[in-house]
Amino acid sequence: MSTSRDIVLASVRRSLGVTSGEAPRRQAVDDRLKGHPAGVVPARGQLAPAERLALFKDKVVAAAATLDHLPSTAEVPGAIAAYLRARNLPATLLRGADPRLAALPWQNEPQLDVWIGPSDGRQLVGLSHALGGVAESGTLVLLSGPDNPTTLNFLPDHHLVVVDARDVAGDYETLWTRIRALFPEGPLPREVNWITGPSRSADIEQTLLLGAHGPRSLHVLLVGEAG
Amino acid sequence: MSIAITSPQLKENAAEALKDAQLQEALAKVGPGFIGKRAAAAAAMPEFDALRDSARDIKNHTLAHLDLYLERFEEKVREAGGHVHYAVDAADARAIITDICKRLSAKTVTKGKSMISEEIGLNDHLEAQGIIPVETDLGEYLIQIRHETPSHIIAPAIHLNKRQVEADFRRVHTDLPADRDLTEPTSLLAEARGELRQKFLVADVGITGANFLIAETGTSVLVTNEGNGDLTQTLPKAHIVLASLEKLVPTLEDATQLLRVLARSATGQDMSVYTTFSTGPRRPQDGDGPGEYHVVLLDNGRSAMLEGELREMLRCIRCGACMNHCPVYHAIGGHAYGWVYPGPMGSVLTPSLIGVEKGANLPNASTFCGRCEEVCPVRIPLPKLMRHWREKEFERHLTPAPQRYGLKVWSFFATRGWLYRPATRLAMAALSLLGRSKGRFSSLPLAGGWTKYRDFPAPEGDTFQAQWRARKASSRSNAA
Repeated sequence: MSTSRDIVLASVRRSLGVTSGEAPRRQAVDDRLKGHPAGVVPARGQLAPAERLALFKDKVVAAAATLDHLPSTAEVPGAIAAYLRARNLPATLLRGADPRLAALPWQNEPQLDVWIGPSDGRQLVGLSHALGGVAESGTLVLLSGPDNPTTLNFLPDHHLVVVDARDVAGDYETLWTRIRALFPEGPLPREVNWITGPSRSADIEQTLLLGAHGPRSLHVLLVGEAG
Repeated sequence: MSIAITSPQLKENAAEALKDAQLQEALAKVGPGFIGKRAAAAAAMPEFDALRDSARDIKNHTLAHLDLYLERFEEKVREAGGHVHYAVDAADARAIITDICKRLSAKTVTKGKSMISEEIGLNDHLEAQGIIPVETDLGEYLIQIRHETPSHIIAPAIHLNKRQVEADFRRVHTDLPADRDLTEPTSLLAEARGELRQKFLVADVGITGANFLIAETGTSVLVTNEGNGDLTQTLPKAHIVLASLEKLVPTLEDATQLLRVLARSATGQDMSVYTTFSTGPRRPQDGDGPGEYHVVLLDNGRSAMLEGELREMLRCIRCGACMNHCPVYHAIGGHAYGWVYPGPMGSVLTPSLIGVEKGANLPNASTFCGRCEEVCPVRIPLPKLMRHWREKEFERHLTPAPQRYGLKVWSFFATRGWLYRPATRLAMAALSLLGRSKGRFSSLPLAGGWTKYRDFPAPEGDTFQAQWRARKASSRSNAA
């Protein structure tokens, strides 16, 4: 008895007029997968480091996120405390166990109540560390993993993301190259998340409103200077 | 809900839609909303047309090697701990999904917006099996509680206004205070967020579609603005991706090329808010994520489309630009098309999927103005493919008899220039003479279908061909 798989693949091959045994076709597929050509990469993000960072900041704000540009990681806990105060939020947040977040000088803000782990939907504020940013569209790139729970990106009302200015690239392709280098034997992390602004919907009368199902606010903590 | 096919009644549906004042009010916003945003996004990206060429070429390459990319995708999903299920048709796909849900003793499933789910009538089937499907995209949620179908592929509730949404929320959310204020879209959105948040947290299985499937890594890509797709796939015990065969692309870079044209063509954004690349289930050390990851690959007629010119339709990335720019869609909305896929892309895809006997009317709902092809991010020649179906309709004698005779009479003249030219010249001269006083006709024999709704302009005396010859002759004499 032939399976659905056999039926579908046979039908695809019949329509294409191929057998699957043709060496040139296999070669074309192998070449594409190995070479993974970038295609057309817009000039928009291909800038010197300082201009690239300026474009990233502009694009983050254009996507309705907010941004603090901080001289160093030492200022991150203070900036978070100020963000929470300014919005009358309780001085508590949930973060992943990521060593880059663990290394922040939390002792500078003793009133901040910092919890570690995935979200169960009861926390107002989640904190993540991004792998990098993309200047072309103001996009953050995050990887899931034991230290970076995905739920932090989506359940809290406020998503705060730390990104190192040296990790802001002009285009997405630069980040793919870095991700391939991090996981040379595959597979990719369970999730690679591109996040461009806070959650929104225009499903009622095409009126764009923020805070549909994901975070109502996205706040970027950009650290250091472009490198 | 699953969809009763009313495509054969397109004319009646359209007449109803044109009379529906509320629908017309909603449709009046479609063009102004979407067209300007896409145009601005395209203008801000100098490489936009080059990206469209690139997107077209990637899809053409993938389709030509689809069997091999499918095998590679399957292998990579398995390596990451996931499962791939092929489904020949809708019944096959429904059975695969129900089996997974039953094995996990699922009571409720949350769902991201998926046109494939509409195509296979998944929600009705799940309900019949005692499993409660909850649509989580705001637009899909609205139409689910109204027991309607989407009227647009990216804005499913575009036919509704906020007063209708308010009435529905009061009808369905009966546990909330009756005197609450729901006059503004913000309060409606907040209420939907609250209601659905609970559903996300208790769902046993999450079902989403996919915008792309990446062969290189065995990854599914899902694009949303709301974040509902992410909550749907992250929180339950299992994530089921329901996608059709043609979603395959070779590599991460290829998906990126297509993503650069997708949101720009759809909503005019540089990139949608959430673009999520999912590979396999949660890893042993992960603190969250689904324990199982399944991809259901649906054929349902697509493999047959790979043969011949309809293959080009399989490039479609479901951005909705064609319907956003279509004067016919603007006039009649999505429901009139009578099945899952409306607008120009629906007029080509529907006859392929449900058969030309039922779908033949749709390709006739076009003025062939060509705007759809002009804006298509993967350059699908939609008018040419609609013409393909019109020819098939004619060949298979599905066209009504008066139309067939009319076309035969016309073609008899049109293929005999020595007859056509004097006959049309005579007719134009006569009409010109008759319509001289008013410059238009409010009724004409054999043209009642036209003059019932608008006047027919009186010809100015000469045929087009005669004027063309005169113009060419004068430009030649000017040049000389």
